[in-house]
Amino acid sequence: MKFKTWMKSGDPWIWMIGGALGISLIMVIGLLTLIAVRGFAHFWPSPLVQTVATLEDGSLTQILGEVVEQETLPAQRIRESGVEVPENAVLVTRYLFKVGNREINSRDFVWHLESAMSEWRYPENAVMLERRKGGNFYGFPERLEYDGEVVAEGDGIWPELEAMINAKSELADQIQRIENRDIGRINKALEELRLIERGLDYNNVVGPERSEAMAEVEARRAKLDAQYEILRQERNRVQQQSRRGVLVMRTASDEIVPISVVDIIKGSRNNAMGLGAKLTFYGGNIKDFLTGFPREANTEGGIFPAIFGTVTMVLIMSVLVTPFGVLAAIYLREYATQGPILKAIRVSVYNLAGVPSIVFGVFGLGFFVYLMGGSIDALFFPERLPAPTFGTPGLFWASLTLALLTLPVVIVSTEEGLARIPRTIREGSLALGATKWETLRKVVIPLSAPAMMTGLILAVARAAGEVAPLMLVGVVKLAPSLPVDGEFPYIHLERKIMHLGFHIYDVGFQSPNVEAARPLVYATALTLVILILILNLTAISIRNRLREKYRSQGD
Amino acid sequence: MDDSAAKTVARASHLPSAETMAKRRRRRYLADGAARWLVRAGGGGVVIALTLIFVYLFSEVLPLLKGASIESTATLETSELGEGAGVYLGLERYGEIGMRYTRSGELQYFRLDDGAMLETVNLELAEGVSITSIGNGEPRSRLVAFGLSNGRAMVVRHQSELTFPSEGVREIVPAPEFPLGREPVVVDERGRALTAVAVQQARDDTGVAALTSDGELTLVRYRVQTALLTGEQQIRRQQWSVPSHDEPVLHLQLSANLWNLIGADESGHLIYWDIADPNDAVLRDVVAAVESGEQITDLEYLNGTFSAVIGTSEGRLSQWFLVRDEREEAGDNIFYLARAREFHRHPGAITDIRPEYNRKGFVVVDDQGHLGIHYGTSSRTLALESIADEALTAVTVSPVNNQILAETASGALKVLDIWNEHPEASLGAFWNQVWYEGRSNPEYVWQASSGSDSFEPKYSMVPLTVGTLKAAFFAMLFAMPLAIAGAIYTAYFMAPQIRGYVKPTIEVMEALPTVILGFLAGLWLAPFLEGHLPVVFTTLVGLPLSFLLIAFAYAQLPRAWRVRVPAGWEAVILMPIIGLVVWALVSISPIIEIVFFDGSMRQWFTNVGITYDQRNAMVVGIAMGFAVIPTIFSIAEDAVFTVPKHLTQGSLALGATAWQTVTRVVLLTASPGIFSAVMIGFGRAVGETMIVLMATGNSPVLNFNIFEGMRTLSANIAVELPETAVDSTHFRILFMAGLVLFAMTFLVNTIAEIVRQRLRARYSNL
Repeated sequence: MKFKTWMKSGDPWIWMIGGALGISLIMVIGLLTLIAVRGFAHFWPSPLVQTVATLEDGSLTQILGEVVEQETLPAQRIRESGVEVPENAVLVTRYLFKVGNREINSRDFVWHLESAMSEWRYPENAVMLERRKGGNFYGFPERLEYDGEVVAEGDGIWPELEAMINAKSELADQIQRIENRDIGRINKALEELRLIERGLDYNNVVGPERSEAMAEVEARRAKLDAQYEILRQERNRVQQQSRRGVLVMRTASDEIVPISVVDIIKGSRNNAMGLGAKLTFYGGNIKDFLTGFPREANTEGGIFPAIFGTVTMVLIMSVLVTPFGVLAAIYLREYATQGPILKAIRVSVYNLAGVPSIVFGVFGLGFFVYLMGGSIDALFFPERLPAPTFGTPGLFWASLTLALLTLPVVIVSTEEGLARIPRTIREGSLALGATKWETLRKVVIPLSAPAMMTGLILAVARAAGEVAPLMLVGVVKLAPSLPVDGEFPYIHLERKIMHLGFHIYDVGFQSPNVEAARPLVYATALTLVILILILNLTAISIRNRLREKYRSQGD
Repeated sequence: MDDSAAKTVARASHLPSAETMAKRRRRRYLADGAARWLVRAGGGGVVIALTLIFVYLFSEVLPLLKGASIESTATLETSELGEGAGVYLGLERYGEIGMRYTRSGELQYFRLDDGAMLETVNLELAEGVSITSIGNGEPRSRLVAFGLSNGRAMVVRHQSELTFPSEGVREIVPAPEFPLGREPVVVDERGRALTAVAVQQARDDTGVAALTSDGELTLVRYRVQTALLTGEQQIRRQQWSVPSHDEPVLHLQLSANLWNLIGADESGHLIYWDIADPNDAVLRDVVAAVESGEQITDLEYLNGTFSAVIGTSEGRLSQWFLVRDEREEAGDNIFYLARAREFHRHPGAITDIRPEYNRKGFVVVDDQGHLGIHYGTSSRTLALESIADEALTAVTVSPVNNQILAETASGALKVLDIWNEHPEASLGAFWNQVWYEGRSNPEYVWQASSGSDSFEPKYSMVPLTVGTLKAAFFAMLFAMPLAIAGAIYTAYFMAPQIRGYVKPTIEVMEALPTVILGFLAGLWLAPFLEGHLPVVFTTLVGLPLSFLLIAFAYAQLPRAWRVRVPAGWEAVILMPIIGLVVWALVSISPIIEIVFFDGSMRQWFTNVGITYDQRNAMVVGIAMGFAVIPTIFSIAEDAVFTVPKHLTQGSLALGATAWQTVTRVVLLTASPGIFSAVMIGFGRAVGETMIVLMATGNSPVLNFNIFEGMRTLSANIAVELPETAVDSTHFRILFMAGLVLFAMTFLVNTIAEIVRQRLRARYSNL
């Protein structure tokens, strides 16, 4: 075909716009693949590389660590930053090593040029230790000591070490229990006594009544102090016991570093693990990620509080939004008089779905937190002032703000469901003598239940992903405790929570060490994406099934 | 027969009795009525809750527009306090005590509610020594200096302290101080009378500038040194002389760093001395500040001593800055005086100006009994009222700006309560170029807070609004072609089997949280683009070219092969091509940089003079475009898909090709739908917060450079609202930004929705 006639036929344009669609699809698939690859890779135990690198000033340094990233760039750019590059090189490759050992190395992530490194070795006995404080440690085990005496050396270290790590872990858990639960209870009781005292001041209780109350307060306080003393001693004893095991490690540059076994969460000989061991390790990492608590300013550890906070908030939000959304949809479709005013109201409700989420956050902060929360504080918790209880961002206000934000989604979805039900079914029910309410209750609502569920699922998906309003009304970088625990009233609506979406923002952009945090961001993003995908695909499939089901009946 | 009849009669009815039925019916109708009210309440409540958002935002913004309100609370008689006219007044933050310096050298403390005297401090001057001039420092320093006839000066600091005599009771007691000692300090060694004096407290030094009776100007710095062991205090004194001005100077003021001295003379000139290096003090600038015949009646520095306000005998007020001379021939740090702005004219000659402690505002009284409250940055006169029938001679404002004390010529003290919470807000301050202190010209700046007390908040909405529009513009630039083209293709040309996969994929695109898009843009895309800058330009050209090439190649294939592949599979065929082409372009990007751009295109940009930030509008455009594509796509696709089939079939029947049908028939019919899709997409782009927060540098710059960042209204709210003081001006301005966003998106979405309704009606008519 001639070129000109072919151009005139419009065929090339069809290919161009097909290409445009292809670009969009590739972008989506590429994004999901990128998150999946980088997210899943975070848990895989990568091999430990040992090599010798030449630094800028010519000195040699021993490296033992993981290779995190690789880059190929023009040699000129490296030259400009002052690093030595072979003369004839046009393109250079460089590798980012995670060398850990923060107590020895000034930087725990270092770039090295391929040309500046010697051959890479993968020593079998190189060990990676994941620690409670100070990040990872890479080195070779020298000996295992207990109370200063050598317990194991050489090849015998490994099984002994695993046993000792488990034992010390239990002691560490015990310490945490004593501190958080038992001492925490005493602190809470002391705080209550302090509030009782303030309550006396606030209510102007004087004279014998006051001295009587104060005497009781003092007596309880003395008892609590005695209990605290016992617990403190117990804790110190356990802590001493836990520090008796020491693992002496040798770094790649032959420095000897003793590490207390209680500080080690787990150790692994990455180069010596077979596929089965690696898969087990991988699964263990994923489990720790989903059920563990964050460490090191959110750059390590798990995201359980974020998942828990998101789930709790979404549950409370569902409890708030479903009845109101359904009621509003029923009102708009069934009970309100149809006309131009109703059309205006309906358009406004739909448009609220398009209002920026930050506006809801602003409204939530001003109205819910400061106005309503402040009034609640003044009425019910005056003795705690000026420390706010509800007059500060928290779980309840976050759920309420998100309920307001996702209300239009639920209303639209429910209205769609109600509209799909054919008039014949409604009229049949009314013809049989049922009242309007009975028709609604027994016929219409059950039939539109799947649509309501779709709306709820979409609302939940949106709430799990919205971050902007939550930054203002109740989500924090690190919450000291979960909103649900064993103390009365069991659900603490005034506590601040962590949130998956906000966690991504915080770890990615407000971290002290971005290199260390980056894999964690991808892993958290992967969790969030999987969650949202599952929710949305469920909602889409329900909706499609509904459309098919009612297509025949409605047409 | 008889049997069955008997049986029918004998069997009792299984239905309940008539009473029960009636009762049940009543209950059911009650339930129905209750349900109706419940649903009405719930539904109405929801509608009310949604309108509440708008109403509440509006109510939080409204106080910005209010001016100041003045309420008179008391009038006290100074005759009860003692002799002498008041020259300088002071208030403390709790509004219980007032302070008054008289011309005869007394500092009086009195209660504001009943005028009772609390304490009097007398200067105890020596025999034959009289007070010849009075000067004051910044309000925060609380310093007043009395120039004496023997060339000495007394420096007094009026203060009050809090004491708690018993549980829960707070008392405010006077605590005046003499920072340079109880004895007057030597200013002029030759003992000439001081006719004008200024005092200021720098960090460790107290500076006094004075004009002697024969026209010489002198600057003295005093430092109080406390011996460590003995606690003895010694005053170290350094003196310099300042070049004199030919006419007598009436008012003098020193800046807080003791580098600048300004004065006003009898014939209405404003004079500036540069005394940063006191050994080499220079008379830098003399300006005619008023018309001929007018006189300058008062000269005061505003808080922070960066700008000064003068009042004239005709009631005019103007603000003057020290502006840096930016010309080449001028040296470094050479300043000159420039008039920045004028304020509402007073009906009488200005008698006293007093600046506010912690803001750039000031209160003014004149000789017709009027009180004016003005604010510098926003050029606003918040109140100008008559508070007395006679001339007012002195005024002061409380440190927390809620009270004013003014003295009349006949010795009455007026105590007034004022409400003046938001003087910084004005239409001009938000939308015009404002000349801020320390800058050479008026500019648009957003800089809401900083660490010091003397900071001037800069609340221009222009950089934020331009940033919002810039981000939205680049996002739409990226999204519109892709989304609309994709929508037309999916609705019209695509094979039906693929549609079932494409639509859910686009819905997944819509469901992705913007946090994830934002973090990928900021942490992955921005560094990637910076390191592979040629990819941007090569893909722009390379991808369409490759599409054309593949299309041409496909058209050249023999017919037998082409009919095997069903129509509408172009997108699927092109997807692997796109992947390959992009991968190839990324791989050769370093080579392009080496060959054409000296190894780094990013560096080449800087060398050529184009500013390039890593997180810039291009990154935001791509990321936000990604977020907006599914919004535009679904609405546009819906519009094109539902174009009545008979139109397309008629066009094809008349011999048009598929492409001609699309461009000349379908698009024109569906254009309102596409328009509304674009509008809704734009509304979404304007309100997006997280992507912008993470992918731009969040610096409020004002330009349309695609390679620089910006700050948008929404990101600004997210960043600043958690850290503002509740109910402050900044707080309300952020609410105003939220209100603007709300109104803008609401309006855009409503228009789009109306257009779509009309389109649906039109379709059903066709």
